[in-house]
Amino acid sequence: MQCPKCHAPMHTYNRNGVQIEQCSGCRGIFLDYGELEALTQLEAQWSKSVPPAPPAPQAYPAPPAPAWGAPHGGHHGGGHGQYGHHGHHGHKSWAHMLFSS
Amino acid sequence: MTLLPALTAKVRAAAHPGSTGDAPCPCGGGALAERPDATVVRHADTVAKAHAPGTDPAELSLRLAMAARLPDALLPPLDLAPAPLGDRLVTFWPYGAPVDPDTPEAAPWEATGALLAHLHRAAPLDGLPPMRGPAKAARAISRLRTALRGAPHPAAGPVLQAWAALPAWARAEAPMPGTPTLCHGDLHLGQLVRHPAPDGPWRLIDVDDLGVGVPAWDLARPAAWYACGLLPPDEWTRFLGAYQRAGGPAVPMAGDPWPVLDVPARALTVQTAALALAKALAAGRELDEVEQQLVGACVRMAPIPHQLVSEHTG
Repeated sequence: MQCPKCHAPMHTYNRNGVQIEQCSGCRGIFLDYGELEALTQLEAQWSKSVPPAPPAPQAYPAPPAPAWGAPHGGHHGGGHGQYGHHGHHGHKSWAHMLFSS
Repeated sequence: MTLLPALTAKVRAAAHPGSTGDAPCPCGGGALAERPDATVVRHADTVAKAHAPGTDPAELSLRLAMAARLPDALLPPLDLAPAPLGDRLVTFWPYGAPVDPDTPEAAPWEATGALLAHLHRAAPLDGLPPMRGPAKAARAISRLRTALRGAPHPAAGPVLQAWAALPAWARAEAPMPGTPTLCHGDLHLGQLVRHPAPDGPWRLIDVDDLGVGVPAWDLARPAAWYACGLLPPDEWTRFLGAYQRAGGPAVPMAGDPWPVLDVPARALTVQTAALALAKALAAGRELDEVEQQLVGACVRMAPIPHQLVSEHTG
């Protein structure tokens, strides 16, 4: 089949089960009877299956911790830890503990 | 106390051959640590360590040989043979720059995890003795029991109960289970140096507790700190993730590591609580907030049976 516009040969492609002809010259597309409706239908189905907008991003999950751990240990994140931005910065006994047997 | 001057003379002679002992040394060397179990002195690039009284020379030699064999993970000694000094054994090491105690938030958690993975994957030398982690925990409990003789304390009950609930191997009363794996035995942030100083790669130091055993023990002190709410989750994740990415065999590559970490982390929590309580009793002071968190974890351990351990550590 030749392109009705520029007369270059047309190639057949399959897009989601719909046969379409595309011109190798001007890239124009020829649709058979009903193929436009088939594509429109496919598009509608695809939109319906798109999930609703994702919820607000969640905090990065805390790593697992044992049941005997501190009540906030690894479960809620906030307030956990004795140095850094929250907690007891420079706590003497914790600083010592980090460096001793 | 003649150990420190004698050790200083020894390391000075090693660092500066031919120097005379009378004038002060221009390198400004001095003591890095002076504890009952170890005295460490530096001169220029050389460090001498006097090991604890009663250290077995054959075992120490094997541990030195292991460090020399694995220079990508352990700081290699300058000399493979321990030198006698009075009733002590002395070893010589290159100087390495330690983690700055004033900025623990700059601790090299990734490097620590990767170094441990490297260590745990190495083949232990034939005859290498057991890793001494559980023995150190047992010693901390003995020290607490001694301190309690003169002064009972309400925190002692939960700590001793949590200790009694541990399996025998974790109390150094039975051989450690599983495939014998090369372990450091006493990991904390004081066991890391950069060599060459000041910005060479990180290496593990202190081979006194090095040996074969349960590799999860080496992850258990950071694990205990994290479980007790002391180490932030980010630091814990960086350490554990680096260990897993480097192929460390102690924990599964993905998923919950706690079935494996539970017993050693309980043991390290109990050990740390016992030492803190013994020191507080000796000083006649109350436990501070951090120490109370360790005791609190021991209290919570009692009603919770330790997690089923996987086959290779159970």
